[in-house]
Amino acid sequence: MADLSSNFVGIKSPNPFWLASAPPTDKEYNVRRAFEAGWGGVVWKTLGLDPHIVNVNGPRYGVVYGADRRVLGINNIELITDRPLQTNLDEITAVKRDYPDRAVVVSLMVPCEEPCWNEILPKVEATGADGIELNFGCPHGMSERGMGAAVGQVPEYIEMVARWCKAATQMPVIVKLTPNITDIRYPARAAKAGGADAVSLINTVSSITSVNLDTMSPEPSIDGKGSHGGYCGAAVKPIALNMVAEIARDAETAGLPISGIGGVTTWRDAAEFLALGAGNVQVCTAAMVYGFEIVKELKVGLSDWMDSAGYDSVAAVTGRAVPNVTDWQYLNLNYIAKAKINQDACIKCGRCYAACEDTSHQAISMGEGRVFEVIDEECVACNLCVDVCPVEDCITMEQMAPGTVDPRTGKVVEEEYANWTTHPNNPAAQAAE
Amino acid sequence: MANDQWTPGVVSGRLPADQLAENFGDLHPLMDAHEALVAADRCYFCYDAPCVTACPTSIDIPLFIRQISADGTEGAAKTILEQNILGGMCARVCPTETLCEEACVREAAEGKPVEIGRLQRFATDTLMARGVHPFSRAATTGRRIAVVGAGPAGLSCAHRLAMHGHDVAMYDARAKSGGLNEYGIASYKTVDGFAQVEVDWLMKIGGITVEHGKALGDALTLDGLSGEFDAVFLGIGLGGVNALRATGEDKEGVDDAVNFISELRQASDLSSLSVGRNVVVIGGGMTAVDAAVQSKLLGAENVTMVYRRGKDRMSASEWEQDLAAQKGVRIIYGAMPVAVHGNGAAQDVEFEYTRDAGGKLEGTGETFRIPADQVLKAIGQTLDGVPDDLEISGGKIAISGAGRTSLEGVWAGGDCAAGGDDLTVTAVAEGRDAAEDIHQALSA
Repeated sequence: MADLSSNFVGIKSPNPFWLASAPPTDKEYNVRRAFEAGWGGVVWKTLGLDPHIVNVNGPRYGVVYGADRRVLGINNIELITDRPLQTNLDEITAVKRDYPDRAVVVSLMVPCEEPCWNEILPKVEATGADGIELNFGCPHGMSERGMGAAVGQVPEYIEMVARWCKAATQMPVIVKLTPNITDIRYPARAAKAGGADAVSLINTVSSITSVNLDTMSPEPSIDGKGSHGGYCGAAVKPIALNMVAEIARDAETAGLPISGIGGVTTWRDAAEFLALGAGNVQVCTAAMVYGFEIVKELKVGLSDWMDSAGYDSVAAVTGRAVPNVTDWQYLNLNYIAKAKINQDACIKCGRCYAACEDTSHQAISMGEGRVFEVIDEECVACNLCVDVCPVEDCITMEQMAPGTVDPRTGKVVEEEYANWTTHPNNPAAQAAE
Repeated sequence: MANDQWTPGVVSGRLPADQLAENFGDLHPLMDAHEALVAADRCYFCYDAPCVTACPTSIDIPLFIRQISADGTEGAAKTILEQNILGGMCARVCPTETLCEEACVREAAEGKPVEIGRLQRFATDTLMARGVHPFSRAATTGRRIAVVGAGPAGLSCAHRLAMHGHDVAMYDARAKSGGLNEYGIASYKTVDGFAQVEVDWLMKIGGITVEHGKALGDALTLDGLSGEFDAVFLGIGLGGVNALRATGEDKEGVDDAVNFISELRQASDLSSLSVGRNVVVIGGGMTAVDAAVQSKLLGAENVTMVYRRGKDRMSASEWEQDLAAQKGVRIIYGAMPVAVHGNGAAQDVEFEYTRDAGGKLEGTGETFRIPADQVLKAIGQTLDGVPDDLEISGGKIAISGAGRTSLEGVWAGGDCAAGGDDLTVTAVAEGRDAAEDIHQALSA
């Protein structure tokens, strides 16, 4: 069985699955249950200075459903901990004492003033916690008070606070990044410049999940009004994967440890985050929807896959896909494929036809008896037919062998790699040597 | 002494009232809203969907299912009812397993089609429960049309004509409107008096009068109607029944399955209905299955359905045959009745096995007897009460185009007209199409 143990910036945990800073980790009771279920670590829900904040007393979550009320995404307007600082510190101390092998990282959010950080950091360190995560991501409520995403959106602030923290504590410092920016590389670079040991991302995405058309209030609605919240869950995973990859392949931040967050629901999601450069992953929404027991599937699934794929440690997976993330201009324009429909598997729904005929390249014909066939002369291999086909592997993209003629262009498929940078249509192209 | 399943003869009260109520409950219970959403999500919204092609009324099935998914159930109902004004009944009685659901691509993919029939019922029942009638009449045209027969074809025709602003006088031989919806379909397919509820709802369009107890060839003549009205539509169904052509057909206990079903449908107290201990149903259609299953549900000990040809030729669908088997009906294929034996009352039926001799059915000479105190004949109905000057084809009123008969100004549709399957949904389509044709003819 593959070794799932994780060492993330010196913080050891028996597996790479941490619960993210959020309601599941907001008190001792939950965290003990999580550890009993098998979670490798937690990031304790964000602490702040007293007097503690308060939460709304109405709905704090909104939801986006798929079929059968499957939760695709949740947004929330919950703030940081709404309990006294000392209560949390006492509980963290007790939990860490009883679970020395698990990772206990404490999320923090205090005003952007050095004395505030200097006040809270020794208290956290005294609990025996393994590290801190700076919450520069929370997009709602706290950001209006100059904290959370309001810090995370200004790289200079990130660097400044990270530097204060590194100076004031021995604990590893993880900077949690907000996705509510235009280019994730800048805040990541700032964190690194400030001396942070790692970044974690993504925090939630600013969002309104729905509007109640009877009351004309956004959901979740508090007395007829709604506020934007932070979106999370499976729906945000593609955004998170891209941001993780951007940091992993950026020359300035290459090698900076990343804790991957955003819609991890199954072991496969976790493996994808690892492959794109994450050292471990944090989970929240899946646990909030299904409970802590999902970690059993996460652990077994990842381990089984690592065994079958020949990876003996989590570290061996980390970053494996990063070299294959590139810019569009470097994609091989001589790679030519055509869609192929397996007539034996086809159930004749015609979705490929409707998609191609109405919205793509008119490259699928509909014949007698609802026989759908690809017109190679028109097919640009866009993949939409594959995407909309309800039958797995019924439509596949088949690469054309070099030397054959692409019936669409009438040109011979070249074997050599060639990209946009040398393409004759590119005004800035450099002539190939 | 109370009767039970083993009481000899044809008697009532074989089962306690609560058991009868359970037996005759809804065969396909109404979906709840969440169930409908989950079922609707399975629809692939196929291009040029095969289910629509398979529907005799061409309901835009992917559209109405998408409307259900998108929380537009009343809109979904309107999509259905625009094509099929009796969409509520069709959702209950259509053999969807041989129509839309057989054509569903998920049937091909997984052997589990989208539950189109139940989704249709969800939509139409939702709308009807709100008492909404989503159609209104065009400005009145002053044209008057007689519709003879208030069954599915007649109702469909009348509604469409009324929508176009014509005034419709509908006549029916029976005491209630609805035709076979009211008198001829198994009770568990249309519980809680749905046939009448639907008729009442349909009549909300306005512009339709109905007179009961008036049949063609009796109180009405085609000549008289043609003279009085701008057009006539005949949706009179098949009033006669085929003879068994076996000796002893006149014995006590031998009845037409349609009568048995009709009495059952009109009964206010199921425990007052008589049923044999040993029931034999002769025939292989829906009516045979409906009669056989209901006999069993009334408490008959043994119910046997005997069909003269093989299973593959049976007009009742595979699904209907399975239903019968599941309810405890024994089905014998490939045997034809020779004689009903008994001293005054039926005691057993003698059958002869058959074989297919180059397309022609013939007896093998081997016979057997099945005990029977009740024999129900379900071997097809015949056209009845039609004037001689109307051209007949294959035992039905000959038609061309959208239900035009050989007589100028007379249209026909439903079971009485040639062509098409004898299904409620086919009758609705034919009534609707004839109405459109009449409207065009009158507007010309």
